Amino acid sequence: MAISTAADLRSTHKASQSGSPCLVIRFFEWFGDLGLFCLRILRAISLPPYEVREFMHQLDELGSKSLPLVALAGAAIGVVLSLETHDSLVRFGAKSLLPALLLVSIITESGPIITGLIVSGRVAAGIGAELGAMKVTEQVDAMEASAVDPHKYLAATRILACVVMLPLLTLAADFCGILFGWITNTLTEPISLQLFMARGTKNVTFNDFLPPTFKTAVFGFIIGTVSCFQGMRAKGGTEGVERAATSSVVLSSLFIILADVVLVRLIQVFFP
Amino acid sequence: MTSTKETKKHTAPIQVQTLRKSFGKQKVLNGIDLQVAQGETLSVLGQSGTGKSVLLKILIGLQPPDSGSVLIHGQEISGLSLEPLNEIRKKIGFLFQNSALYDSMTVEQNVAFPLERHSDLSETQRKKRVRELLSTVGMEKDLDKLPGQISGGMQKRVGLARALALSPDILLFDEPTSGLDPMTASEIDELILKMQKEENMTSVVVTHDISSARKVSDRLALMRDGRILIEGTFKDLQESRDKFVVEFLNRDSF
Repeated sequence: MAISTAADLRSTHKASQSGSPCLVIRFFEWFGDLGLFCLRILRAISLPPYEVREFMHQLDELGSKSLPLVALAGAAIGVVLSLETHDSLVRFGAKSLLPALLLVSIITESGPIITGLIVSGRVAAGIGAELGAMKVTEQVDAMEASAVDPHKYLAATRILACVVMLPLLTLAADFCGILFGWITNTLTEPISLQLFMARGTKNVTFNDFLPPTFKTAVFGFIIGTVSCFQGMRAKGGTEGVERAATSSVVLSSLFIILADVVLVRLIQVFFP
Repeated sequence: MTSTKETKKHTAPIQVQTLRKSFGKQKVLNGIDLQVAQGETLSVLGQSGTGKSVLLKILIGLQPPDSGSVLIHGQEISGLSLEPLNEIRKKIGFLFQNSALYDSMTVEQNVAFPLERHSDLSETQRKKRVRELLSTVGMEKDLDKLPGQISGGMQKRVGLARALALSPDILLFDEPTSGLDPMTASEIDELILKMQKEENMTSVVVTHDISSARKVSDRLALMRDGRILIEGTFKDLQESRDKFVVEFLNRDSF
């Protein structure tokens, strides 16, 4: 009973601050807390014991269960790109460039960003809600009371799983995008997959493929970190869980888009 | 359980001195002094919102105090880093108000969770130990059920089995009988008494259920405004002429 009252007191205290000109301070406070959270995660990851079983479970939970959604989104992007670019290229007499255009646009930008945003929607909401619910029902406290570090068991495993799975999911999205781009193209103008790929990959190097794929590991870090952070600071019952889930999706999607801007420029500089 | 056991300051497993804790401007704990002797059960009573649960969470290091001292087996826990704090936590079992069972794990996995991480038992030995613990609390037939599939009273039993998993020498109970019907509450009381009798554990029970506190405790402490208003046996509290103490004791029909 006292705990809920104490939590209420904290939220009342915070609420009393919300209308004050401390908004900027709270903004920086949030980033400061996020930084400290990241340090705790790094420490948890680097020190034994390692929660290998939970990590494997999260790979399955976050990765393979996102696969159908990511594959579907990738396929849709492939179809749309193929349809959109076909008419334009025909108009300019550059129809033969369609495979290259489709391939490059999917592997350099569309595939990675769509994967990031789709996983952000599915996984960040899931983690935010799950950890938020665990926090408000004292399951996180129970874990700490059992001398188990929740930053290690709950957060580090999920963040690492996101980092590992995002590039793999991006490959799946790329594959489906290219495959369905080819199918769409071949329905109007039949072309063999072999020729389609040969034309598509003619001027594509590993620098076009690897850095954009691996940049999604950063997206995975953002999704995992933001959603675990928001989930583990949830308070105030069901409403708090809802806030944690929503803010996890909104913030991770926003940070993914912002990070993409920086990463695209860095890739252009370091992998010309 | 109404006789007071002799409290020896230097051997008391739990010693709390001038403990203060505030949330914002609200002082929740305002100078708490407590000692619990080996094998003794102390019940902390008080109205809702008086900081009883906060006190328990400070005792296990889940919340830091603003000031004051908390000694567990003579070791100061406030300000400890995670590793030494976890070593102390392994000696303390905590039964949460709403049991706080991990809802994605089965009953068996919940009880096995601390054992998997802090014991050298083989898988077979661990399973045997989990069954023993669940048998102690009468839950050996529900190993594969999820917390959502069992009643509140059963969840408390499983929570108690989990709290006992590492054979702690201190047990902390946060409202062990709240939200339970009188029969189930009585069963939980019996279980607490059984643990005390069999394991000679030192316990702190936070509750506002006076009949339960009377049944399981050697001593009671009544909190008001973040302080201990009165401390002693149930008889001591009954003999008090303080208006608040009289009102508090009379509010509960037992």
